[in-house]
Amino acid sequence: MFSSNSLNSSKMEKQTFTVTELNNRIKNLLDCDPLLADVCVRGELSNYKIYPSGHHYFTLKDSESSLRCVMFKSSASRLRFRPESGMGVTAFGRVSVYPRDGAYQLYCNALMPEGTGDLQVAFEQLKAKLSAEGLFDPAHKKPLPQFPERIAIITSSAGAAVHDMIRILGHRWPMTKVLLLPVRVQGTEAPAEIAGAIRYANEFKVADLIITGRGGGSIEDLWAFNDERVARAIYASQIPVISAVGHEPDVTISDYVADRRAFTPSNAAEIAVPDKNEMLDVLRSYDIRSAQAMTKLLDRLKERLSSLESKRVLSDPSVYIDNRRIELDHGRDRLISDQERVLSAKKQSYVRLAASLDAMSPLRVLSRGYAIASKQDGEPVRSVKRLEAGEHISLRLADGSADCLVESVSDKR
Amino acid sequence: MAAKKLSFEQSLARLDEIVRHLEKGDLPLKESLTLFEEGTALIKTCGTMLDEAEQQVVKLKKGENREPVELPFEGEQ
Repeated sequence: MFSSNSLNSSKMEKQTFTVTELNNRIKNLLDCDPLLADVCVRGELSNYKIYPSGHHYFTLKDSESSLRCVMFKSSASRLRFRPESGMGVTAFGRVSVYPRDGAYQLYCNALMPEGTGDLQVAFEQLKAKLSAEGLFDPAHKKPLPQFPERIAIITSSAGAAVHDMIRILGHRWPMTKVLLLPVRVQGTEAPAEIAGAIRYANEFKVADLIITGRGGGSIEDLWAFNDERVARAIYASQIPVISAVGHEPDVTISDYVADRRAFTPSNAAEIAVPDKNEMLDVLRSYDIRSAQAMTKLLDRLKERLSSLESKRVLSDPSVYIDNRRIELDHGRDRLISDQERVLSAKKQSYVRLAASLDAMSPLRVLSRGYAIASKQDGEPVRSVKRLEAGEHISLRLADGSADCLVESVSDKR
Repeated sequence: MAAKKLSFEQSLARLDEIVRHLEKGDLPLKESLTLFEEGTALIKTCGTMLDEAEQQVVKLKKGENREPVELPFEGEQ
């Protein structure tokens, strides 16, 4: 009983992981170890398999233990030999965890058969180290100038390489000035001289592009370009650097660090400058394009002109006059109708006047019930004093008259 | 309009600008003609620059105060 209790309480204190969480935690631990990020392991290949994906899977083992390894297609494609089970090799890479299987393994990026020279091992080690430091980072690479005005060539002043480069540069783009910084390209002094020349070119800003390299040779001959000092000088250069070492299959550390790798010195000259003849073609195409643009513009203007010409006014001026004549007629009509309007307005006011005159006429007064009395001789009677009883008078009403006999007269109101 | 001495790169950039402008075709005739003439002149100067350029090759040597000194380079061996 008590044991189950204690188990419970200890469960309460401990964090519970999912499998994925635990594997990821272990993976993070390994990934944080700089030593494991760049290791070099010696052992024997076993169970070597190449998958259709192009990735290589194998186990490295010695008498007591084994290590699972994977080499991805990109690295495997650079192998210079065919690895087989049973071979003694040195493998380079980083150790990490494959969380799906909960297994750690070596992510191998280079493999060398046993008995490979020390130089090759040193090369792989330096390459791994500088790569981890970010010296090969594409983001650090500077664009090359499109039209370099001055190119500094850092190489031996003897040998074919410098002459090839000068000849090709002169042929392609003679406007670029070439400055040769002669250095030794092999021997113990070479790395320091090459690195020193790169720094010097930067210090005095002698050029806007640097080409450094040499013609082909043995791995020992090319060794200066696998030197860390040269690599760091190239990396630090403010002036873009093209690395051009040996023949196409030779890849040096300089090639990895440089802003651009050329396969050969001649190739570097081709990369460095545009081609004069191509540029003359470009100029011709500008010439054609601007001429075409002008022709188009002129055509458009001509078209506008001819559409203006085709308008009636220009082709037949009498139309203009006729139109004006029509307008004149319309004008006259308008004038006449205006006069008529004025006249009819006058007529209306005349009618109004006549009406008010009519209102003041005595006949209109009679129509309201009044009568006019007049004597036999037609004289209107204005006073009773003018009347006598028995006298005949006439009464005029609105619609006629009546003969009346005055019976009596009284002047009372 | 154009500065007297443009580098090849500047000339080419200006030329590109001119041709694009002309191709847009939204300029009055007089301005188009002016641009066209400028472009034609640039094409001519660029062509002459290319045709007449002579490659210069020198060897650099450190001077007394480490400054670069240009020496003729004839080519050794």
